[in-house]
Amino acid sequence: MRITSWGQYPLIDAEWNYVTRSHKKTIARGMGRSYGDSALYSHVTSSRFLNLFLDFDSEAGYLRLGAGVTLGEILELSIPKGWFLPVTPGTQYVTVGGAIASDVHGKNHHRQGCFSEYVESFLLCLGNGEVVNCSRNQYPDLFKATCGGMGLTGIILEVTIKLQSIQSTFIDQIILKTKSLEETLELFETHTNSTYSVAWIDCLNQGRSRLILGEHAKGEIKLQNHSSLSIPFNFPVLNSLSIKMFNEMYYRAKKLNQEVYYQQFFYPLDKIKNWNRLYGKKGFTQYQFVIPKAVGLEGLKTILNKLRVANRNSFLAVLKMFGKQNENYLSFPIEGYTLALDFKLDKYLFDFLNELDSIVLHFGGRLYLTKDCRMSEKVFKQSYPQWQVFQSTREKYYALDKFESLQSRRIGL
Amino acid sequence: MTKIMIIGATSCIAEAVSKRYAKRGYEFYLVARNENRLKDLANDLKIRGAKSVNYGNHETITESLHNIDIVLIAYGTLGDQKACEQNVGLALQELNTNAISIMTLLTELANYFEQQKSGTIAVISSVAGDRGRQSNYIYGAAKGAVSIFLQGLRNRLYKSGVNVLTIKPGFVDTPMTKDFKKGLLWSSPENIAKGIEKAIDKKKDCVYLPFWWWGIMAFIRIIPEKIFKRMSL
Ligand SMILES: Cc1cc2nc3c(=O)[nH]c(=O)nc-3n(C[C@H](O)[C@H](O)[C@H](O)COP(=O)(O)OP(=O)(O)OC[C@H]3O[C@@H](n4cnc5c(N)ncnc54)[C@H](O)[C@@H]3O)c2cc1C
Ligand SMILES: NC(=O)c1ccc[n+]([C@@H]2O[C@H](COP(=O)([O-])OP(=O)(O)OC[C@H]3O[C@@H](n4cnc5c(N)ncnc54)[C@H](OP(=O)(O)O)[C@@H]3O)[C@@H](O)[C@H]2O)c1
Repeated sequence: MRITSWGQYPLIDAEWNYVTRSHKKTIARGMGRSYGDSALYSHVTSSRFLNLFLDFDSEAGYLRLGAGVTLGEILELSIPKGWFLPVTPGTQYVTVGGAIASDVHGKNHHRQGCFSEYVESFLLCLGNGEVVNCSRNQYPDLFKATCGGMGLTGIILEVTIKLQSIQSTFIDQIILKTKSLEETLELFETHTNSTYSVAWIDCLNQGRSRLILGEHAKGEIKLQNHSSLSIPFNFPVLNSLSIKMFNEMYYRAKKLNQEVYYQQFFYPLDKIKNWNRLYGKKGFTQYQFVIPKAVGLEGLKTILNKLRVANRNSFLAVLKMFGKQNENYLSFPIEGYTLALDFKLDKYLFDFLNELDSIVLHFGGRLYLTKDCRMSEKVFKQSYPQWQVFQSTREKYYALDKFESLQSRRIGL
Repeated sequence: MTKIMIIGATSCIAEAVSKRYAKRGYEFYLVARNENRLKDLANDLKIRGAKSVNYGNHETITESLHNIDIVLIAYGTLGDQKACEQNVGLALQELNTNAISIMTLLTELANYFEQQKSGTIAVISSVAGDRGRQSNYIYGAAKGAVSIFLQGLRNRLYKSGVNVLTIKPGFVDTPMTKDFKKGLLWSSPENIAKGIEKAIDKKKDCVYLPFWWWGIMAFIRIIPEKIFKRMSL
């Protein structure tokens, strides 16, 4: 079967199976919302039928569920009972297993950390077929390797997570427009107390941006129907001109402060299903890096400058602030700023991204594995200093030679 | 309170339908072979809001026919056409699973609903039953037979106030079609489930899911046999 992930690159032939207790060399796969080759291999194991809820304590907010349930389904169940995900990425079409494997972050990392912070425990199927219950107390090393471990320690089967209570399905949103990157970063710092913060920046205009702040509103739980549009086939309309126009319009958009429905606040891109097809069938990649706080401004400026000189623009350029790093061996966030840039693939793109890699490394930063399809082994190992601990934990729990992805092979894991 | 019986409850499409009705607080009686999955599914549906969930196997159907408002028959197999051409035993097995066994069930269900004088019988047939094609005419023949059987049943039960719904999905991404190359014409089981729920609610007679399969099949049906027989569909 031909498979690919969100970036539609690479596209490979693979054998596809559902979870069983014994498997060939394989990699787990959820919704395939990772952009690159993390969930790709000649043999993949889909978590699709781990899609049942197991237990919901709606008094205390604990939820036990199969690893293939999506975050959207969790919210559908939990919101009417007043519970929300403490951390959510920018799309609800990801599985809870995928959220753990990438240790995903939201717009509140500076306050609430990564997804794994709210994971109580999970059942993991190891390379020898054994199923173990991992938590911070049981198999703590395996827990730290699996959260952020990109499926390379085993297959997550069942998960217990802790939800967060909410009083309203709305978010009080404030939008601040800035004229430059300096100003944007200053405002991020001024508003560290905001629960949610994120900036959409215009790469070609000194990084002028819209900084969006949000708080859970008070009031009541009200559900709204929301419709979505679907792009049924590859329809390449994103080019430098349309991106420029979008950014201009978006920057100028008037409505600033308002109460918005949670879907609109957290998942604006889910409005258009398969928007990845707007990049055409050659695919695209997202280049998401983080630069440590101390050199954040300088690092970001250097990168934006590089984009300008190369005349490369990104349709989406999303900037977030990261709080403290957690203990997981391969979790991406370190304290600083993270910028995500989307690029349509072309002949020269990877050379260009290699140049960006050197800048990111120079400033002590790193790239997000779940977005990556091309980083070299050298760049990875230099920027993820705990890779050896990760690797020996994999060895200890029979994962070597059992769980592999195209990515793990490329980066030498 | 509405009570639904789902036969073939662990099929991918049926599970997606059940999840939708669970949210509406329905009562369930689920029937399938895989007891472990059934147990887990029953638990899941309760968490999602089902008022009650009981389950059993094909033998327990008769005794469980009490106050059922809706029955959905959803099991089926997509046999290997080439193998069926070489082995009539295999072909008969396919016809048995996808047609004869369903007609057997329908006979009992029809009598039950006829007496009850209300309710809905919904059966998943397929667009494949609309016209025979070389690539899967055993499956198509079974589905076509079921569709015709349902037409007759609908006609018979109309005066008893019982609704009979024929569901004709196009290509759906489920374990049944795991090894097929997916493309533009494919739908998710969740999307099909939404259509099934709507058709049951609206007491439809026959639906193509998604709806545009109606157009595709209308076109395929009108191609003259003289030309059709030369095509490799
Ligand atoms: C529009 C969009 C917005 C996004 N926004 C954000 C964001 O704001 N923040 C963020 O952090 N990420 C973001 N992401 C990335 C996304 O959250 C991650 O890639 C996530 O891991 C995808 O989950 P999935 O279920 O699709 O997993 P897949 O893409 O299928 O797999 C991703 C990784 O998880 C592993 N995995 C999946 N299931 C299991 C399992 N059961 N057991 C073990 N390993 C498993 C795979 O092996 C693979 O390494 C975004 C992605 C998109 C498309
Ligand atoms: N997928 C498509 O593209 C498509 C298109 C049109 C119509 N349909 C129809 O939709 C229905 C649901 O299929 P699906 O796509 O959801 O497939 P699925 O997930 O593979 O489900 C098939 C189900 O049928 C059950 N089953 C098979 N043989 C059986 C038998 N002899 N006795 C009892 N149960 C049996 C299986 O039970 P076990 O789990 O116990 O094996 C399984 O639950 C079927 O009628 C199918 O023909 C499907």
